[in-house]
Amino acid sequence: MDERPDPLPRDAPASADAGGWIKFVAPIILGVLWLMAWEAWVRLGEIPDYKLPAPSAIAQTLHSEWPALADAWAVTLTTMLAALLLAVIVGVLLAVLFVTSRIVEFSLFPYAVMLQVTPLVAIAPFIVVWIGWERVWLTQLVCAWIVAFFPIVANTAMGLRSADRGLRDLFALYGATRWQRLRMLLAPSALPYFLAGLKVSANLALVGAVVAEFVIGTQVDNPGLASTIFESQLRSDTPTMFAALALVSLTGIMTFFATQLLSYLLLRRWHDSAVH
Amino acid sequence: MTPSPLVELVGIRKTYANGTLALDDFNLSIADGEFVSLLGPSGCGKSTVLRMIAGLTVPTSGTLRRAWDGGTQAGDQPVSCVFQEPTLAPWADVWSNVFLPLRLRGRRKAQARPMVDEALTLVGLEQFAHAYPRELSGGMKMRASVARALLTRPRLLLLDEPFAALDEIARSRLNDDLMMLWRERQWAGLFITHSVYEAVFLSTRVLVMSPRPGRVVQEIAIDLPMKRSAEVRGSRRYLELCQQVSQALAAATECLPAGALNG
Repeated sequence: MDERPDPLPRDAPASADAGGWIKFVAPIILGVLWLMAWEAWVRLGEIPDYKLPAPSAIAQTLHSEWPALADAWAVTLTTMLAALLLAVIVGVLLAVLFVTSRIVEFSLFPYAVMLQVTPLVAIAPFIVVWIGWERVWLTQLVCAWIVAFFPIVANTAMGLRSADRGLRDLFALYGATRWQRLRMLLAPSALPYFLAGLKVSANLALVGAVVAEFVIGTQVDNPGLASTIFESQLRSDTPTMFAALALVSLTGIMTFFATQLLSYLLLRRWHDSAVH
Repeated sequence: MTPSPLVELVGIRKTYANGTLALDDFNLSIADGEFVSLLGPSGCGKSTVLRMIAGLTVPTSGTLRRAWDGGTQAGDQPVSCVFQEPTLAPWADVWSNVFLPLRLRGRRKAQARPMVDEALTLVGLEQFAHAYPRELSGGMKMRASVARALLTRPRLLLLDEPFAALDEIARSRLNDDLMMLWRERQWAGLFITHSVYEAVFLSTRVLVMSPRPGRVVQEIAIDLPMKRSAEVRGSRRYLELCQQVSQALAAATECLPAGALNG
């Protein structure tokens, strides 16, 4: 057969390479320039540490306070990841349930929305009251989970419903069982939607974990990064605040790239969003 | 007409949920090895007939008899369908897409490999087994769709305007190949189209439908040689038949009594 596939649109390799190279280097250069300017400004202006520490002072604090900061980081990171995992499990199960039964969806969905649109800071004190001060970590987990699960439910449910009608007919024609339909048709159709939800959820899980720590305050045995910021503020220890903040940012950036990479790996062969 | 047809629809009536009467007193019978085309204006219920035979929708009233109902052996797929769209799963390569009907029947890859490879060779896609649908041209996607439909060696192949979206060249090549496959594999075909030329070229019988509520208003037997090729397209008989079918279609569309034509 001499039909040829349509050539895929591609950029010329040279320009694509240049784009890729600049994409990484440009922000790094800008960041380094920014840090240098900051350093110079603090030094020349003789600004005291408690107002604005220089990047070098923050780096030093990161080094000297590392054991405590690493523990705090582990607390926040564990909360975030556990909440995200729970959000994925509950979110996907709920989405499947919604798609299976309209009545379940109609009954539950408004409450899921309500939970989503009420600011976490307003709900968190109640969760503290109900779960109790003794189980601080559980409180943090629930807070992070509440904000993280909604994008996964909403996106996955939409994805499960967006399966191609023709393919649905085909599965019906060949007598597919409900389970086969879910596994081989609905799940792959929903995957790009789920991944888009996951990107948002991962970030929200971090926000939830941090907000929960702020609400709970400093009276905890195992402070996370936000508790550390809070507590350092009370001691006017600005360099430690900045060091903890840097770790929060780093966590967010890592999460972003991790979900981005996961999405790329799963979709690159077939989905328009990931094929270049 | 054989004594026990493969599919028989008698006095079928179909009303949609919104109250539209799509089919009224629709009658159709297809025997083993026939290739029947349903030709009619858009919206006359052609696709509804096909979906009924496929079991994707049920008649409101009337009798639908399918030879395979009730007593099929396990693993037997008596009916297959090629839709208007290629309907391939974008996340799976061509091989896996073609394998799907057997996968749904619980076959393992290794078990199904010879059959899938054979189906791909049949439509000339053996080189593209591991390409993804997005990497294929429209014609190649349709070929993959045909391979998937033929994989289970159906007794009846339903084709719902399968090549309508293709360019003329790809379309006539696929029609030629379809004819070859039909002679080789000897399935019965029900072809839905609104192209007169396609209907005449492919069929042993052309049924012309009226606008909604659809029913068969004229039946034209196509007495062209079984081996249809490019010469057939140029033959006088082919052109005569095309003209006859065109007139029947025009008459049906204007709601003239079918008998007024051929008298």
